Amino acid sequence: MNCTDFLAKLTDYFDGQIDPDLLAEVKEHLGTCHHCEVVVNTTRKTIDIYRHSQPYEFPDDLSNRLRSAIMARCNASKEGAEAKAKLHAELMRDAQTRSSS
Amino acid sequence: MAAHTSSLADNPAELPGAAASVEAPHPDLALVERAKAGDTAAFEQLVRQYDRQIYRTALHITQNREDAEDITQDVFFKAFQKLDQFQGNSKFSTWLVRIAVNESLMRLRKRKTSKTVSMDQDVQTEEGSIPRDFAEWRPNPEQIYSQGELGDILRKTIAGLPPGFRTVFTLRDIENLSTEETAEALGLSVPAVKSRLLRARLQLRERLSRYFRKANEGSK
Repeated sequence: MNCTDFLAKLTDYFDGQIDPDLLAEVKEHLGTCHHCEVVVNTTRKTIDIYRHSQPYEFPDDLSNRLRSAIMARCNASKEGAEAKAKLHAELMRDAQTRSSS
Repeated sequence: MAAHTSSLADNPAELPGAAASVEAPHPDLALVERAKAGDTAAFEQLVRQYDRQIYRTALHITQNREDAEDITQDVFFKAFQKLDQFQGNSKFSTWLVRIAVNESLMRLRKRKTSKTVSMDQDVQTEEGSIPRDFAEWRPNPEQIYSQGELGDILRKTIAGLPPGFRTVFTLRDIENLSTEETAEALGLSVPAVKSRLLRARLQLRERLSRYFRKANEGSK
């Protein structure tokens, strides 16, 4: 296995989705190639640092403000739909009354 | 590949890489059923569970806080209105993320009126995909930089990635979706996600190495 072959398998290696035979080849390559070993270590660190540092904050007050706005829109939409359904039912009832009389 | 904008249906037969689930029903399904029956408190619980994920996904893609706030509202409102289209074939959170990605890409398109923005934009670039920097990062970046400094570096670095790479990395590595869920949320094949993920990871590594290598050399 050369460095290009190794890079092609890097995603599967990180995700633990690699055949045992291929894994042995990957480990053998890593044991002999310092550059690929550095790439693995620093790429793993790249993933870890983004996953754990969470560069974008989501404070509670923002969460509360957004949730209030979302639920206000949802409730208004629900009430509008209910009012529309009620009006439709009344119109249907009136029409039936008129046709039967 | 253009973003999915026409349908919010979650039929896995239309989605490459989506496997049929044989596991126990996800707890979200009960909340969704209650919400479909008119229980807005159940829907509010779903908002509580996923607002952070949706906001961060939108922010990573758009790189704009106001847009991310608007998108978060729009995603949940759209989901509320289209709940009947969610049939439980995928996770509810993946369905939400898919709406968020579509809304975010649309927002980017509006901002850059002269350019088409899609998941395919700039993904042909090989820049940074071939490792060139082989310096170790020692000591760890967290030991060298304050949390604020590190946050600035991480934001600046990921903002430099093309949207197609940034989105895949965000969903898979930051929001911790599986490769299959990422493929489903983006309407990509699993091999396409893997390819983009590799290049996104390598490009970010290369870009971060410039900062962390410098620090390693004492020239922070």
